[in-house]
Amino acid sequence: MGFWERAADYVPLLLQGVWLTLIVTFLSVALSTLLGFLWAVMAWTRHPVLVAISRGFVTIIRGIPIIVQLFYIYFVMPEIGINLTAMQAGIIGLGIAYSAYQAENFRAGIEAIDKGQIEAAHSIGMTDQLVMRRVILPQAIRIVLPPFGNTIIMILKDSSLVSTITVAELTRQGQLIAASTFDNMTVFTLVALIYLALSLPLTFLTRHLEKRYSQA
Amino acid sequence: MIQVQDIHKSFGTLNVIKGVSFEVNKGEVVCIIGPSGSGKSTILRCINGLETYQRGAILIEGAKVDPADRSITNLRTQVSMVFQRFNLFPHRTALENVMEGPVFVKKTAPTQARDQAAALLDKVGLGDKLDTYPGKLSGGQQQRVAIARALAMQPKAILFDEPTSALDPELVGEVLTVMRDVAAEGMTMVVVTHEMEFARAVADRVLFLEGGVIVEQGPPQDVLRNPRHPRTQDFLHRVIHPME
Repeated sequence: MGFWERAADYVPLLLQGVWLTLIVTFLSVALSTLLGFLWAVMAWTRHPVLVAISRGFVTIIRGIPIIVQLFYIYFVMPEIGINLTAMQAGIIGLGIAYSAYQAENFRAGIEAIDKGQIEAAHSIGMTDQLVMRRVILPQAIRIVLPPFGNTIIMILKDSSLVSTITVAELTRQGQLIAASTFDNMTVFTLVALIYLALSLPLTFLTRHLEKRYSQA
Repeated sequence: MIQVQDIHKSFGTLNVIKGVSFEVNKGEVVCIIGPSGSGKSTILRCINGLETYQRGAILIEGAKVDPADRSITNLRTQVSMVFQRFNLFPHRTALENVMEGPVFVKKTAPTQARDQAAALLDKVGLGDKLDTYPGKLSGGQQQRVAIARALAMQPKAILFDEPTSALDPELVGEVLTVMRDVAAEGMTMVVVTHEMEFARAVADRVLFLEGGVIVEQGPPQDVLRNPRHPRTQDFLHRVIHPME
């Protein structure tokens, strides 16, 4: 059997993994965006307690390998009575880990807005909430979007880490097939090509955004 | 209308305002002059609640300006501010900049706010720039949009913080002309400026500030033409004859 015949055998199994990879990626992106935005806004308030919580959290999360965080959530949490499925643990783990990176990105976007504009907004009676919604966010989004695209690509690739806590996503499916067929060459070539096929459109989109917003 | 009562302000150990008191009556134009670092802008920023102050009180029609209190947003709708660097919202057109406060703070109906904003921009000579973004406007035009934005709040007073200091010399006149027109309509104004000509022509009263205290104050013909205090004399001499 040649490469293509064997590939045709493996692809349906791998596609099952792709489906889980996409779910893990999508939900982790959503969770990390939500949490990351929360940390960034907390830091922006200058409220000492909120700033300390936000900064402490981001510092701790960034200092621990993602794979260890995943192990912690999946293997340690049950010991204190929190039982999560592998899928749940994977999404929550990646979401929390990446929220720290997203927060840095959002914070940079928020702080890039000229302080004078914020004062001007305050001087016409805007509340902080309104300043955020009408002045900061519309401009910060343009700054934040290209690095946000890069973050999605990184989460897509790092979703392979949840294979270590038994989620049968693309990488895990590949390992299982390779273990039973010993056809490492075909299997991992396919796995790599599939990741590439998923990430390349995002890469091009990100480049497009970077170009568009650097001109504006 | 605006009462500044014995204000003290320091940044760390640096005392920038050391007991300043003055009043601005309704319809009055008060110009604050003085060397840089004298605390002129800081006082203006305190009146708008953009800076805190350690001692004394600032009252707007009897209501205390307290940047930490919720009431500050309401007070700011009554006192507008025009900044040295214009501070327009770059992602919104001239018209949208002017509409922003009425629509989102005062909850004016957008169609009504649009008409008012267009009329104000026409008044400051920018009736043909309604849909232009700030980036495509000259400094003088941007500052006129900023004045229209301040007027759109229908404030009781407007604070001007060195409104022409960031402008090329040939653009200063168009902004001062608009300010003079606003003054002529009876707007209460506090203007921090280096434009002595404007102060002479428009101000009802001039305050000379140095080292965080008011050194001299009075009508422009007194303070600017016949200053009594040697520090005022020295400052005016240096402004009028910079090369000597």
